[in-house]
Amino acid sequence: MMRERFISGYDHFVLPFMVGMIFVLLWCIIGVIKIMVQLERKDRIKVYKSLVNPVIMGKNVRDWFGDCLFHVKLWRRNKVLGYMHSSIAFGWFMLIVIGHIETFLYIPERGGLFYYPIFFRYFMAVESTTLKGSLLFFLMDFFLLVVLSGIILAIIKRFRSKLMGMRRTTKLTLLDRVGLYSLWAIFPLRLIAEGFTAGVGGGSFLTVPVNWLFASILSKPENFTIAWWAYSIALGTFMIVLPYTRYMHIPAEFFLIPLKNAGIKVRRPRKGYALAELYSCPSCGVCLDACPMSVDKAGLKNTTVYYIRQVKRRNQPRALAIADKCLMCGKCSVLCPINISAIDLRLALRKQQPYNIEHDFSYLDKIPNEALTSAISVGGEKVLYYSGCMSSLTPMVSQSVQKVLTTAGIDFTLMDEQGTICCGRPLLLSGRTEEAKALIEKNEQIIKESGAPILLVSCAICYRIFKEDYDLNGVQVMHYTEYFEQLAAEGVIKLRKQEKLKYVYHDPCELGRGCGIYEAPRKALARVANLVPAAKERKESICCGGSLGSLTLTHEERGRITENSIRNLTANSPDRIVTACPLCMKTFSRQSEIKVVDFAQVIAENLVEKEKEE
Amino acid sequence: MIDFGYSLTPSSTIEIDDADMSLFDELCAVEPDAIKCMSCGSCAASCTAGVFTDLNLRKVLLGLQRGCEEDVLPQLKSCMLCGKCHIVCPRGINTRHLILSICKIYNI
Repeated sequence: MMRERFISGYDHFVLPFMVGMIFVLLWCIIGVIKIMVQLERKDRIKVYKSLVNPVIMGKNVRDWFGDCLFHVKLWRRNKVLGYMHSSIAFGWFMLIVIGHIETFLYIPERGGLFYYPIFFRYFMAVESTTLKGSLLFFLMDFFLLVVLSGIILAIIKRFRSKLMGMRRTTKLTLLDRVGLYSLWAIFPLRLIAEGFTAGVGGGSFLTVPVNWLFASILSKPENFTIAWWAYSIALGTFMIVLPYTRYMHIPAEFFLIPLKNAGIKVRRPRKGYALAELYSCPSCGVCLDACPMSVDKAGLKNTTVYYIRQVKRRNQPRALAIADKCLMCGKCSVLCPINISAIDLRLALRKQQPYNIEHDFSYLDKIPNEALTSAISVGGEKVLYYSGCMSSLTPMVSQSVQKVLTTAGIDFTLMDEQGTICCGRPLLLSGRTEEAKALIEKNEQIIKESGAPILLVSCAICYRIFKEDYDLNGVQVMHYTEYFEQLAAEGVIKLRKQEKLKYVYHDPCELGRGCGIYEAPRKALARVANLVPAAKERKESICCGGSLGSLTLTHEERGRITENSIRNLTANSPDRIVTACPLCMKTFSRQSEIKVVDFAQVIAENLVEKEKEE
Repeated sequence: MIDFGYSLTPSSTIEIDDADMSLFDELCAVEPDAIKCMSCGSCAASCTAGVFTDLNLRKVLLGLQRGCEEDVLPQLKSCMLCGKCHIVCPRGINTRHLILSICKIYNI
């Protein structure tokens, strides 16, 4: 049983905490209203609808627990970091929850006071012990221990980040440091404060021994208010600086999750959904190690975490410089614990820049659609093959694809034999969405007019825009890796395996992270040679450095990225590097000592011709 | 005018001293690559839009270097920014950004 120690139920030391708490709450409420107002009307309606949709709400609850409290994604990546974050987040959450349970059980009339559950042990005195009471006390001490263990790991990480598997960590701002040190201080101070009062207010396996310790070394252990003041000041400081530090990600992520699950996308560089993402960035620095530009130390400042910092500071020139430099490979987004849409954020800023050119694509309309295409009739399934503009630089790709199609006996039409109209992806990546529409419309016309049910594409860049931004009335868009693997699996083409050769496959950014195609090319390549893994592959593959995403990277900077990417691919000393994007092939072959070939070439070389078979 | 059966070709002399090169200097300040070009024409040969229009980056740069921007700038309107010129450039010029900077500075 417990009784209240003070009739007023109040002491001045709660003030720092209350000031901080009310400040943060107001800040968050205003922030949520601001973001909701900034959202476009249709997006706002989408959010409201999602909140009454049981499926999406279920997802929200799962993500709230999985991402905000348990950090499941981080666990999968790094157990120590996962434990560190979830112990602090979940432990702290449980301390708050159990604090409230205690308050509502023993003194429900004080339940409306913010500070009461937090400083419960100060205000209450134990009269007699019950099983329920000691269980709650045990849980409180247990979760305090959990949080403290996380804090210890956090302190170690700050000084020895390599121990935690992180090569680099973010450079903190001054306020970040204030937030960090006050966060470190909160829980040890809580232990001390609760230790002092454990003699009166009760405690368990952690706080009671601390109480004995204090009683044995201090003459007047009753003067414990100062410890409670310190605890409250630490909490207050943390909450006052919270909105200006990276710790804002704690409340922001709770709000970001329902927006994300409602399917909202970034539209403007720092308004609406983008603002929610900007504040949800915990500055953890995972993007530092992920970014291909980090091969140069100078490139570190172009990573997503610093981009977000500059946008938050409204430093437009720096933000734009970073946005223009980015390769748009998307690796940081995939590895980011909260999957911040780094590409969309940068694109939104690029889109805002004046172009100062009045584009004139009227010449496209004058080209008759049939002038570009040429039909090769073999009989069988009809395929429209778009080799893409890059194929004029890599004619081997287009020739090899045609050889495979001919051998397979497939009736195909070349969409761009007499000249290619760019797919529009480069314009789109430069933020010229409106201009890209002219190219998209012309290509759509040609594709629809051909009447072919399948559009075959041999360029990863084109493939992505065909999938994402084209309206093709049900024409199936297939990358040649998917299509050839399908042909081989169905036995339409036969391949011979060269047992002695070791190939490594490079995942092009647009195909892998962009469209999620990782398996088809690997399966097909495994039919012709032995595949060895790269040091980092699939969603962690490193951009070749030739990406059209970057507008300002210099030739030399690109060169160093390429070098690093090749080093990554050749980790297991393969005989050849195989890629499925003509741009990657061009970029690699300039610098690679090992032969770089395209996927189509490999398949075409190892085709078993039908006549020979007979 | 009496028709003599032949005509005079208008002079193609370019008075570089009379040309206003301030914009080109401004361009070179942002894009040092602009003077790296050796007019090999790889860009024009590989150009996607060049198949359908008169776009020729080599000529554009030559024109700018000689102060006759009015003659060449309209060509850039048909550029699709596909970046093939960048891939083939033996001087490693970032042609896409160069084109964007030309547009920004010359304000076409």
